[in-house]
Amino acid sequence: MIANKSKALTGRAKYVDSLKFALYCISHPLDGFWDLTHEKRGTMAAANTILFATILIRILKLRYTSFLFLAVYWEGINIFLYIASILFPLSLWVVGNWGLTTLFDGKGKLGQVYMATCYALAIYPLVQLPLMILSNFVTVEEGAFYSVLSTLSVIYAGILIVVAMGQIHEFSAGKNILFTIASLFAMLVMIFILMVFFSMITQGIAYFVSLAKEFMFRI
Amino acid sequence: MQKKNLLKKALVALTIAGITLTSPMEAYATEEYGYTYNYDFWFDTIESPDLYHVSKVFTSADLGLSTHLRNPQGLFAQGNKLYLCDSGNNRILVLNKESAESIQVEEEWTGFEGPNGPEEFNNPTDVAISEEGNIFVADNGSHRVLKLSPDRKYLMQFDKPDDATLDKSLEFQPTKLVIDTAERMYCIASGINKGLVKYEEDGSFSGFIGATPVKFDFADYVWKKLASQEQRAKMQSFVPTEYDNIFIDKEGFIYACTGAVEDVPDEGPADAVRKLNLMGNNILVQNGNFGTGGDLYNGNVAGYDGPSYFTDVTVLDNDIYICVDKKRGRIFGYDDQGHMVFACGGSGNMDGYFRRPEAIEHIGNELYVLDSLDCAITAMVPTDFGQTVYQAIDEFDQGDYEASGASWQKVMKENGNYDLAYIGIGRALMRQEKYKEALKYFELKYDRDNYSKAFKQYRKIWVEEHIGIIVFVILALFLVPMTIGRTKRIKHEIDTADIFNKDR
Repeated sequence: MIANKSKALTGRAKYVDSLKFALYCISHPLDGFWDLTHEKRGTMAAANTILFATILIRILKLRYTSFLFLAVYWEGINIFLYIASILFPLSLWVVGNWGLTTLFDGKGKLGQVYMATCYALAIYPLVQLPLMILSNFVTVEEGAFYSVLSTLSVIYAGILIVVAMGQIHEFSAGKNILFTIASLFAMLVMIFILMVFFSMITQGIAYFVSLAKEFMFRI
Repeated sequence: MQKKNLLKKALVALTIAGITLTSPMEAYATEEYGYTYNYDFWFDTIESPDLYHVSKVFTSADLGLSTHLRNPQGLFAQGNKLYLCDSGNNRILVLNKESAESIQVEEEWTGFEGPNGPEEFNNPTDVAISEEGNIFVADNGSHRVLKLSPDRKYLMQFDKPDDATLDKSLEFQPTKLVIDTAERMYCIASGINKGLVKYEEDGSFSGFIGATPVKFDFADYVWKKLASQEQRAKMQSFVPTEYDNIFIDKEGFIYACTGAVEDVPDEGPADAVRKLNLMGNNILVQNGNFGTGGDLYNGNVAGYDGPSYFTDVTVLDNDIYICVDKKRGRIFGYDDQGHMVFACGGSGNMDGYFRRPEAIEHIGNELYVLDSLDCAITAMVPTDFGQTVYQAIDEFDQGDYEASGASWQKVMKENGNYDLAYIGIGRALMRQEKYKEALKYFELKYDRDNYSKAFKQYRKIWVEEHIGIIVFVILALFLVPMTIGRTKRIKHEIDTADIFNKDR
């Protein structure tokens, strides 16, 4: 019945419905993430919105969390690096996970892996925004409440990502955990390759630059 | 006319350009490194105006001594008198301080009236005068501590403690000592690492107090078990460290410092200074962001490596304790909460720099530092800035919070990077129950504890003042959805009621 209803929706209404569906995914992860792709309840637009909200909240936290819990050394903050600190691991995860699972009967497509991961992140802005506001109204002694909730939200987001992967790839629990660990290794391998790649490129360029310099000295 | 004006303008512009170009270079050349510094919340080194300046360095010649000082070890101050142990020449000099610029030798003690005729001092390393005027001398070379009457007649002597745990062959070599108000004597002796040796006023040995706790981690223990005999000998042994120097404050607490300590990253050496109570427990308050162990950055720079090595400590009347670092020739001041008040000095031959500072004493707020290699006493007096800082602290201790706040404001005007000033203003405001203003100052300098204290009060007052609105909002939050729900239900009941349906 739900599927029929969602099919009927189009445009703006579909977007709002898919955004609301993130709440259902958080509260009913197994069911929610199954329906996300199999019943086409999720949309890319909603996934992008959630990712944007996550990044936004993470940046806002720097400024608006009370200094009792988050003292920021502003001289050391680079906003682009800070944004990349979410986007870079996310893209590595998505590519790594898809690259591995697609070889081992994973049903999820690249886009679906991205969408499900973003949906799993929804818990982060939902918990962190109220916490950020609350942090300005508590003292250090009452801070345990803040730090416990804050940590829980991150841990829960991690659990959601793992569950989401299992559901969209149609994996059993054991296989899912195995591929989660394998994906993490894939991320490390990619980082290694990227670093090798960049250092090779740098040396390659340096070679041609020195060649050109030499050439100009001779002329 | 216009051309002339243009020429004039060009000339002015050139001069200004010249001034702006040359002046910062001059400033850079003269003030490349500040003499005084401090650390902020982020452990960044912050330059600071000087709290102390050198009024005069007293060498042997300045003191008018025919025999030059040789390896002086001990310094003791009482009233306006300084007692200097000229250990290498086996004498104690009594110096009279008229002002920080003028110190004269008043007496020269080379010996005392012993029980069997006159005796000489033998390498006296420390001296202390009790309230009754009795003189206590650590007579290192003769393996004893002497107690003499004010006219230097032998009263008694303290020998090697009669304790079964001490090595029989160990020579008793007292190096530093303090006397409490009841004339109990506490001394440090080389080779004894059980803490301070304590003697009762009648001369009987009453025990060891305040040994440093032994620390070792499990990994070290495992390594030691696996290591061979020779390797084990090279490793650091798990024994308490010996103290280097002691000072007794006006309340009878003993401040003991030691240089041989474990270096904690980002905090400096742990327990470089300890405040011992009567039981020998460490009761030093450490509420600062970093420990009270001197420099935070102690990498290998200019031949100096490792953590600061505190050789002496002195406690001002406002509970600020000042330690002197032998390794880099620096002076560190900490307040009673463990915040760094200032750090200054360095290694070198200039006034205010030291080569091997051995002892530090204070008369009022003036500091007297004894350098055993330079054989000189450096007299340091607080600058106007330093005076204001001390004044602000004193006023706070006396409960005059408004005046303290004003003094801290003055300090802040002279040094806007001084964390203590902001926190001081905040604390003064908090005592005056101006919580909202106080919050601002605490937040600026990341003082979590004080911020929380002020915020708790501020929140309480705010809730009390706005209790009406709060109750109203909470009620509204409950009542509005409830009423909406109820109206909807009633409407639904009416719509579906049988009587109306029948009519339809």
